Amino acid sequence: MADKSKISLPKPTPETEHFWQGTRQGALKLQKCVDCAHVYFPPRPFCPACASRAVSVFTATGRGMLYSYVINNRPHPAFDGPYSIAVVELEEGPRMMTNIVNCDQTPEALQLDMPVEVLFEELSDDISLPYFQPATVGATK
Amino acid sequence: MKPNSIAIVGAAETTELGRIPGSGQIQLHADAALNALADTGLKLSDIDGIATAGESPTDVAHYLGLAPTWVDGTSVGGCSFMIHVRHAAAAINEGLCHTVLITHGESGRSNIGRSMRGGGGRATLAGQFEGPYCGMGPTTAFTLPFMRYMKETGTTLEQLAMVAVVQREWAALNPRATLREATSVEEVMNDRMIAYPFTKSECCLVTDGGGALILTTAERAKDFPQKPVYIVGTGESVETNMISQMGDFTSSRAFRMAGKKALQEAGIQHSDVDHLMIYDAFAHLPFYGLEDLGFCGKGEAGAFIWERNTAIGGELPLNTNGGGLSYMHSGMYGMYALQESVRQMRGIAPAQIKDAKLSVCHGVGGMFAASGTIIMTNDPS
Repeated sequence: MADKSKISLPKPTPETEHFWQGTRQGALKLQKCVDCAHVYFPPRPFCPACASRAVSVFTATGRGMLYSYVINNRPHPAFDGPYSIAVVELEEGPRMMTNIVNCDQTPEALQLDMPVEVLFEELSDDISLPYFQPATVGATK
Repeated sequence: MKPNSIAIVGAAETTELGRIPGSGQIQLHADAALNALADTGLKLSDIDGIATAGESPTDVAHYLGLAPTWVDGTSVGGCSFMIHVRHAAAAINEGLCHTVLITHGESGRSNIGRSMRGGGGRATLAGQFEGPYCGMGPTTAFTLPFMRYMKETGTTLEQLAMVAVVQREWAALNPRATLREATSVEEVMNDRMIAYPFTKSECCLVTDGGGALILTTAERAKDFPQKPVYIVGTGESVETNMISQMGDFTSSRAFRMAGKKALQEAGIQHSDVDHLMIYDAFAHLPFYGLEDLGFCGKGEAGAFIWERNTAIGGELPLNTNGGGLSYMHSGMYGMYALQESVRQMRGIAPAQIKDAKLSVCHGVGGMFAASGTIIMTNDPS
C-alpha cells in the first residue's frame, strides 16, 4: 500500500512561506514583478528578470498543460506501481514539477500539451502539496 | 585562454575499472594520480596545483602529501573536470602555479569511503519544489525533458535506442569496457523499463574508478615522455539544479554557452573536428550535445546517429570508448571522456581514429545543470 509518509516533505523558508501558506488554503501562489510584470517561480523576494525587489504575490488560476514527464518504474514506498513525475506549464507562464494524479500512469493517458489543473493534498499540518490532474476530471466532478 | 599555451602531459585512469571493492574512494583518487604521475616522470613534490570534485581538494592534497600554491574545488557535477582543465590553464598562464594535478575517484558501485554524498536538504528550493514528487535521482530527472524534445523534434524511440547500439559497437573494441557484447535496437527497447521512455540500456552504468590529468605549459611539455596534448579551446557555464526550471527542454543553455566559447577560442570549424566526446549519462545526451554544439541542426541528431555518422567508420566518431552507457560511469564521468580524448590525441586509443588531430570533449554536470567543453589537439602549432 502506498505510504504517503515516505514523501520527503518540503521545509519552508522565509522566502517560500507564502507559497506553503497558500497551498494550505487551497491556492497556488505565484509572484509578479511590480516593475516589469514578469511572473516567476520558484519564490524569491526579487525579480529574476530585472532584479527589482518590488514584487507581489497573487493566486494563479491553477490551470496549465502537461509539458513533459517520465513514468518511474522503480519502486517507491509512496506509490503503488509506476508513477509519473511531470513538469506542467502554468497558464501564467512558469513551469513546476508535479505528479499527474487521477489519471492512468501510461503514455497513452499522459499526452503532452493536455490541459491539467491543480489540486492539493494535505500531507501534514504544515504542508499541503500541489498535484495536477487532467482538467476534464475536475469538470465532470 | 590562449590556444596551445597549455598541455596535458600526464593522463591515466585507475589501475582497475568497474568493481573495485578493495579501494576506498580517496584511494581511487590516489591510484589515478600516481598512475598519471608515472606517465610524466615527475615527483609528487613537482605538483604545485590541485583540483578535484566530489572530494575535498584539501583531503586529496593531504592524502597525497602535496603542498599546493593553487587549489580549485569547483564541484558542479561530472563536468567539473573539464572546468578544472579550463581553470588550471588560466592559473598556469597567470603564474599562480606551474604543474597542476586534477583527480577524480568515485566508489560509485562499491560505495566505500564516499564523502559528500549529493542531495540537498528539504529546505532548498529543489528540496521544496521537486523533492516531494519522489524522483529517483538522475534516472527520473535527467530524462524528464526528453518527451518534450521528442514532440518538438520528431525524434523517435528507435533513434534513442540506436545511441546505445552504436556505443556498444565502440565498446566492443575496448578491452577495458564494462559491456562489450553487441546489442540491437529491439533489444535496447525491450530491456527493463527504468523511467519511461528510458530502458536500462539507455541509462549509464554504475561502476568504480578514477582518473587523473597533469597539466603544465606547452613550452615545458616537449620535455615529457608522452606526446603532449595541447588545449586549444575551453568553455564552461551553469544553468539550474532544478530540472523543472531548465529554460528550454529541447536544448541546454549551459551546453550552448560552453560549446560556443570553446569553439570560438579554438578558432575552428565543425568540419575540422576529427573526434568527439559527449558525456552520455543517458542515451539522449548525445542528441543535445550534437545540436547545442552545432554539429547538427535542431532535431537532426537522431537521424545523424541512426545513419551511423557517429559509428565506426562514420564521419564524426563519437564516444569511442563506449561512453557512460558501455565503458564505465562512476557518477562523475567527465574525467573518463577527457581520458579518451587524450588517448585519441596521443594515438593510443583502443579504437584509435586514424590521423585524428582535433578532439572536442563536452561534459555535463548535474542534470543539465552545468557544462564544460575542452578542445584538444596533438598539433603544437
